[in-house]
Amino acid sequence: MSVLTGARTRGGVGESVRRVDGVPKVKGAFAFASDLFAEGMLWGYTLRCPHPSARIRSIDISNALATSGVHAVLLAADVPGKKTFGLEFSDQPVLARDRARYAGEPVAVVAAVDPETARRAAERIAVTYEVLPAVTDMEEALGATAPRVHDFGNILRHLRIAHGDPEATAELWVEGYYETGMQDQAMLGPEAGMAIPADDGGVDLYVATQWLHVDRQQIAPCLDLPPDKVRLHLAGVGGAFGAREDVSMHIHACLLALRTRRPVKMAYGRAESFFGHVHRHPARIWMRHGAKRDGTLVSVRARILLDGGAYASSSSAVVANASTFATGPYEVPNALIEGTCVYTNNPPCGAMRGFGAVQACVAYEAQMDKLAARLGRDPVDLRLQNALSTGSLLATGQIVRGSAPVREVIRRCAALPVPDPAPRDPSGRGGGYAYPGGAGNVSRGEGLRRGVGFAVGWKNLAYSEGFDDSSEARVRLAAGPGGPRAEVECAAAEVGQGIHTVLVQIVRTELGVETVVIHPPDTRIGSAGSTSASRQTMMSGGAVQLACLAVREALFARVRQRTAVEGTGLRGDLGIESGQVCAGGVPLAPLERFLDEPIEATRVYHHRRTRPLDGAGQGDPHVAFAFAAQRAVVDVDTDLGLVRVVQIATAQDVGRALNPQSVYGQIEGGTAQGLGLALMEEVQLKDGLIENASFTDYLIPTILDMPPVLSALVEEPEPGLPFGAKGVGEPSTVVSTAAILAALRDATGRDLHRVPVRPDDLAGLTPPAATREPPPSPEVPGPAPIPKYLGLEAGQQEMMGG
Amino acid sequence: MDVLLPRTLAEALEVKAAHPDTVPIAGGTDLMVDLNFDRRRPRVLMDISRLPELAVWRREDGHLFLGAGLTYTRIIGDLAAFAPLVDACRTVGSPQIRNRGTVGGNLGTASPAGDALPVLAAYDADVVLISAAGRRTLPWAEFLVGPKRSALRPDELVLGARWRIVRGPGSFSKVGPRNAMVIAVASLCLVIDEDRRGVRVALGSVGPTILRAGAAELEIARALESAGVWDDPAAAVPREAIERFQSAVAAAARPIDDVRGSAAYRRHACGVLARRALSWALQDRRAAAGPTPAR
Amino acid sequence: MRIRVDVNGEWKTADVWPGSSLLFALREHFGLAGAKNACEQGECGSCSVWLDGTLVCACLVLAAQAHDRRVRTVEALGSAERLHPVQEAFLEAGAVQCGFCTPGLIVAVADLLERDPAPDEAEVREALSGNLCRCTGYAKILDAVRIASARMRGGGA
Repeated sequence: MSVLTGARTRGGVGESVRRVDGVPKVKGAFAFASDLFAEGMLWGYTLRCPHPSARIRSIDISNALATSGVHAVLLAADVPGKKTFGLEFSDQPVLARDRARYAGEPVAVVAAVDPETARRAAERIAVTYEVLPAVTDMEEALGATAPRVHDFGNILRHLRIAHGDPEATAELWVEGYYETGMQDQAMLGPEAGMAIPADDGGVDLYVATQWLHVDRQQIAPCLDLPPDKVRLHLAGVGGAFGAREDVSMHIHACLLALRTRRPVKMAYGRAESFFGHVHRHPARIWMRHGAKRDGTLVSVRARILLDGGAYASSSSAVVANASTFATGPYEVPNALIEGTCVYTNNPPCGAMRGFGAVQACVAYEAQMDKLAARLGRDPVDLRLQNALSTGSLLATGQIVRGSAPVREVIRRCAALPVPDPAPRDPSGRGGGYAYPGGAGNVSRGEGLRRGVGFAVGWKNLAYSEGFDDSSEARVRLAAGPGGPRAEVECAAAEVGQGIHTVLVQIVRTELGVETVVIHPPDTRIGSAGSTSASRQTMMSGGAVQLACLAVREALFARVRQRTAVEGTGLRGDLGIESGQVCAGGVPLAPLERFLDEPIEATRVYHHRRTRPLDGAGQGDPHVAFAFAAQRAVVDVDTDLGLVRVVQIATAQDVGRALNPQSVYGQIEGGTAQGLGLALMEEVQLKDGLIENASFTDYLIPTILDMPPVLSALVEEPEPGLPFGAKGVGEPSTVVSTAAILAALRDATGRDLHRVPVRPDDLAGLTPPAATREPPPSPEVPGPAPIPKYLGLEAGQQEMMGG
Repeated sequence: MDVLLPRTLAEALEVKAAHPDTVPIAGGTDLMVDLNFDRRRPRVLMDISRLPELAVWRREDGHLFLGAGLTYTRIIGDLAAFAPLVDACRTVGSPQIRNRGTVGGNLGTASPAGDALPVLAAYDADVVLISAAGRRTLPWAEFLVGPKRSALRPDELVLGARWRIVRGPGSFSKVGPRNAMVIAVASLCLVIDEDRRGVRVALGSVGPTILRAGAAELEIARALESAGVWDDPAAAVPREAIERFQSAVAAAARPIDDVRGSAAYRRHACGVLARRALSWALQDRRAAAGPTPAR
Repeated sequence: MRIRVDVNGEWKTADVWPGSSLLFALREHFGLAGAKNACEQGECGSCSVWLDGTLVCACLVLAAQAHDRRVRTVEALGSAERLHPVQEAFLEAGAVQCGFCTPGLIVAVADLLERDPAPDEAEVREALSGNLCRCTGYAKILDAVRIASARMRGGGA
């Protein structure tokens, strides 16, 4: 628990402190990974397989190697150590050797004096492919005769959650089928990094990533180097959203650097970036909700199918998430949920903000609206009636122990002011923002229908299912030239969310010192875990807090010892306040008096243990939960099927806002990504090939697409978490797609079941979806991922010793 | 690869005559994408973005000559009287793109999605081409030959477009799946020609090249005649006539399914845009004519 | 080929591959990494700079087209001692998260306010429609423009 000092030190927890990295960012001086430069550096470039499934018959690099300016051309055989890597299973080849499983899979890498030379050389690598039949549909992948992506078949994981009486009867049922498309994180900074060979035979990699240590854990064995010879340093990160959880150019750059003995920089362009990282799993979800006539939920049955693409990445955790969140944040006494993730020859899917909970929310919130319509009930009211709360029993058998202000979140959201009715555009020429279609000049207000939609969602915080997550931090208190100064070392990756600023705020509050410096993250200190799962404030904030408490203890011990020697008495508890040591609230002496020697402490923070799911999907899988509600107001041009989102109102359960401005920023940014999935974002695949690998055809929201976002923060502290603060990055993304979809249904009266919604759908040109039956459940040895039963070793668990 | 920086149009044309495979670059909004994405590697590039002779416009003899080198921003500023042209320039992406993109670029690339092209088609513009050997003026229908194919000869540059100024209201609209920065899924320019009592409709992104909805144009002009609209802007146009116009324009489209949109939607959108553009033009005509005198 | 460009008031020369964009030349030859490469096709505005005083995407300008021309980048705004009001406003409003879009946005906002010191919201949105941001949802960027506009007109925030 935090023991706050008496008067607050400026810039501490709870204040909207400016970003500590803000000044270099606004000056254009902040060094992103793509900005790195080293004397004599070479540029790396990747040759990728153009086929979704192929055998590699031969590779001839002689012409490429002979090209002037080329320093190295490497193939799978040149990987000195382990040939594969992967977050959960090492199933992904560093470079494809005799088999490629998706269009875009790396086959060779080149190092040359400039990017153009590297590209031209890559063209001269002659690869003979034998194209194989590919499986690119997730339901086809379940079939017995489908091409096998991996030898053991196409099921990655199938789990089943049986709760209460799965056969429970209900007075009425609503059912639905829903689809979500493949979304891309589209972080503005594409993949980039620089590897520099070291004199000790090791390598230093400067890279934009989400988790330095899990990267190193995968890189070192491939390079056949011990971990201490592979040093990772965080380079400036231009956004992540899950795209940087997996290794991309890391091993390639290191291989090239070690071979050429020169620094090697690799920076993907936007098109390549679409192939360089995982995407959000496309989903097909069948649901049946049973209820009593009075609106009480009785049963939820769900069948969830996710397309994991060619390699496992973190898919097994995503399907568990989608499944454990499938009931929605409601009291559901009976449930049968089955989640399956399959391999296909599509590009791999993995982590993206929301991590399975997004897809589930689209489905269960559509179901709640269907139920409300059937019962003639107000949709908000129906949700209030069924909302879960602290003490609720979930379908997994987990009891919600922490704060769960679901009703409060719903009420606060519903109470936010509604926007004015649609204004007429006075100019008559259809301004860029007043009407759907924006800058396209397609409307003077014709055919507009306004719709309102409401949705509630939930998300886990931190990793789940028994994963022993932790974060390490070191805090050092010393006398500096301008006064006492604290330094923080922590490997937590700042990706733009503001964690470094929050860590500084925590130190200010805990140590009563204003000057706090945070070191650039690297692998010299222990792991801080991943910047994902909305966990860094909890985990690294917790580690920093523990380290600060240890520093305080050591400081106070020194104070007591010295004052005892001096014979001066101490009255009351010791504290620190604005650079002064205080006793009983009374200033005793400046802090520096006791800092002739610095005080340093390193601590590791663990969250409470969780338990994995058993064969019936029972366990205690999630550390804690966060909830969010959104109300979306949209105007739909019903003739053209175009949309203007007029307003998003939201209330989010944040525990405690450590930096309110940053919290609002996360809510607004997360909402934008949900809006993108609702209206415009989809990686379009045809037979395993990405057709829209550019920002011209993969559209993310512009400033003309985003509405004002009204946010209310619900602060009910989470017991057991540092400052009671919940993570805030994901819940808004989880819920906003569902809210906008609900608003579109309200505006058009159409039973929209798929996101992203197309103009065709809204203009009534899409034929109604035929009823579909879910595919039969596959036979599996158990609820764990199949590779685990086959003895493929775990990834992260090894490192955490779990 | 070489890059040449001619100082005058004459120099540029000499280069083109001597090396017809030289690729001109003005605003770069198409060509630079091809270069950056490693899709093209021309042997020689020639910067024509600063040639003063290309960045002019002139009214002459009831015609407007629009130089190929005028940026969208300059057109918006200088040619406000040409409402559909200004509409088209405003729908083009961002200020950054408008500051560099040119109508000459639209013509040179000859993509059916080029934003200014439906306007030039509706204006029945001629395309003026120039080479070291002299000038050549082609009627619109002879210039655009197919998707990204024009009648431009290897030794020629586009000098500009020229059309007889049409008196009457009009507009340009462009449909896309988000509110800004879209390549048109469908676009439409409608122009009313008061003097010839005609309606012109040109469609973009719904065929191999820019299309004119000829049959729809004739039919609606007749319907407006029957309704007495030409003489009395306040006269009502029968709803069936508008609906037939909408269907006829939709029928004139020849769209395909592609990653940006379906053929069915494109066709549907053309019809809707046609109806709206017509009603705006008639509204604007009514408003320009002033209040109806008391009867 | 050799090009000579006035970059932020200083004439600089470089030997560039002829097919290079101005963006590549700025970043790799002139040591100015403020303009960013996020899309390489003029869709995102992260590479926004001024060419002869006009706002452009540097990725769409051939480096040779900047020969003998003036280029101004984000690095020209403000000074060692003081931030430009637009930069200060971005910090104050919380409009900077990962920061990748920030230099391009700051240039675009500075350009807007130079041309139109008091734009309304619709005008701001249109003027920034060529600048993508993936982190912020744009709300605090709009706040920053309001703050900067008020300050630059001599008022308070």
